[in-house]
Amino acid sequence: MPYEPVLLARVGKPNPASVEAYRGDGGYAVFERVLAEVKPLEVVTQVKDSGLRGRGGAGFPTGLKWTFLPKEHPGPIYMCINADESEPCTYNNRILMEKDPHQVLEGIMLSCFAVKSECAYFYLRYEYGDAYRTLLAAVNDCYAAGLLGKNIRNSGFSLDIVLHRGAGAYICGEETGLIESLEGKRAWPRIKPPFPAIEGAFRKPTIVNNVETMACVTQVMRHGVDWFKSFGIAPDPKNPRDAGSYGPKLYTIAGHVNEPRCVELPMGVTIRDLVEKHGGGVWKGRKAKAINPGGLSMGFADVNAPLKGEDGKTEYDIPLDFNGPGKIGCLGLGTAAITVIDDQTSMVDVLHNVCQFFSHESCGQCTPCREGTGWMLKITDRLRRGQGRREDLDILIDVADRIGIMPGTTICGLADGAGWPVKTAIRKFRAEFEASIKDGTRSRHAKSLELVGAH
Amino acid sequence: MAVLSERIRSEITALLPKYPRKQAVTLPALHLVHDEMRYVSSEAIVEIAEMLDLHPSEVQDTMTFYAFFKDREPDKLGTDRVWVCRGLACMLRGAYELIEHCEHKLNVHCGERTADGKITLEFAECIGACDGAPAVLLNDVHVMDVTHDKADALFGELQAK
Repeated sequence: MPYEPVLLARVGKPNPASVEAYRGDGGYAVFERVLAEVKPLEVVTQVKDSGLRGRGGAGFPTGLKWTFLPKEHPGPIYMCINADESEPCTYNNRILMEKDPHQVLEGIMLSCFAVKSECAYFYLRYEYGDAYRTLLAAVNDCYAAGLLGKNIRNSGFSLDIVLHRGAGAYICGEETGLIESLEGKRAWPRIKPPFPAIEGAFRKPTIVNNVETMACVTQVMRHGVDWFKSFGIAPDPKNPRDAGSYGPKLYTIAGHVNEPRCVELPMGVTIRDLVEKHGGGVWKGRKAKAINPGGLSMGFADVNAPLKGEDGKTEYDIPLDFNGPGKIGCLGLGTAAITVIDDQTSMVDVLHNVCQFFSHESCGQCTPCREGTGWMLKITDRLRRGQGRREDLDILIDVADRIGIMPGTTICGLADGAGWPVKTAIRKFRAEFEASIKDGTRSRHAKSLELVGAH
Repeated sequence: MAVLSERIRSEITALLPKYPRKQAVTLPALHLVHDEMRYVSSEAIVEIAEMLDLHPSEVQDTMTFYAFFKDREPDKLGTDRVWVCRGLACMLRGAYELIEHCEHKLNVHCGERTADGKITLEFAECIGACDGAPAVLLNDVHVMDVTHDKADALFGELQAK
């Protein structure tokens, strides 16, 4: 039976910003029922029991995050919505915000009610102008309909949602970078602890949640825990720390496919199915060579690399749940945005592009990341100019292994994400890199762009 | 004489109650000034700082972190700002060729303004329009599936405005 989308059910309907249109599809009924009949703690419990894990990349259990707030805090408690979606090749949040903003807003209302926050800052990347204007119209319509503001529906609960636009910096998607940026400072991530739940925006307890997570909260509260858990993959019984991968998920498909698009599927679809069934297959009749399974930071899968112990299957067949990509050396599910790279494309060019991104977007606060991403770019640039040296590949892996919060040399995870694609690309496609060094092949792109400074 | 117009001042003032600290209005204020004046002058920085009870260096510090803002008059933005995405999804579908094409067509390098002052060309890191790669950001609006012809037509429209 084909899967019937829930998160994307309203995509393509007219007047996405209108409260009336959303109500026509049953919208805000849950929020109003919760306001009238339910206690905040019950909402927290329901979200916790659903097993919902954050959709922004790290997959931290949402309900659990909420319980980290101090008990009986006099307030204010802030909610920040992370709509800085800047992970390369990712656009699922944009689809939600442009096509069904009220589903996201209802999730914010429910979440704020649950954590007793009366103010949500919706931090939106500047590049999403259409999403901004749609959201602004939707928020204004909510105020007009009495769904936002003081003492909503005489419940005693008040809520303001403030849209705040970024200024084109990837690091603002890191939750404490986002908070610093919101406060009007350079977006330098903070040292944790204290975590934002204890001391976040304006030094008050703060929850930072992703846009798709908010849409999922709406659906969890509307359809219940059992419904949510009927999708996805249960926790691995052999791993007591696995929280499972439940619920529907938005996957985006980009790169060398015939039909790049955003699809909603139960968590755990394989890369092969996404590309072949949902993305219309690899373009120009070619074959896929490498896949980036969840935003550049997650690294690469080698389509032709056999999976150990699974006859005939390759890395192309791994399921995209929270655990799948990790089994083949990728960092994780990330944003579930897959990018397909065909067999005519040079991995040297791909890796150079990746290094160019992270070097540009490193915020410059921690030396290992600022310098490391810069050197990785210089070395990959050398490789694509055909001037690579034999030791370059090992140097790249060495740098990639040493920068990041995991090896403990940086404050945030940007550098881990910068290193992962480098490590995985070189380990999985080493022969291709070695051959290009040996032949001195010069990329046809080698002079298109000049090196530029970090920002 | 003040460089910030009355309209900008009143818009900045209107934003203050939305945040517990005035400093949080820094980025929105910079956007307002940048949109209207096409760059943020030192005088504007001082006036923003005065309105937000900050030292000008604090506003300057924040602004220069975001390479987004132009802070010198010679770099002033054109009437429209066109960003060509060079993220991986766009690169795989011809973004580098598109950037080169646009630079030749407009006779500028990325980061520069055309001689008629109408268009500032930029490259962008992933703009999140990967389903329409290669994509372009026109000010803050996505333009999808941009062929070289489509780019030429877009520039024609902008220059005829």
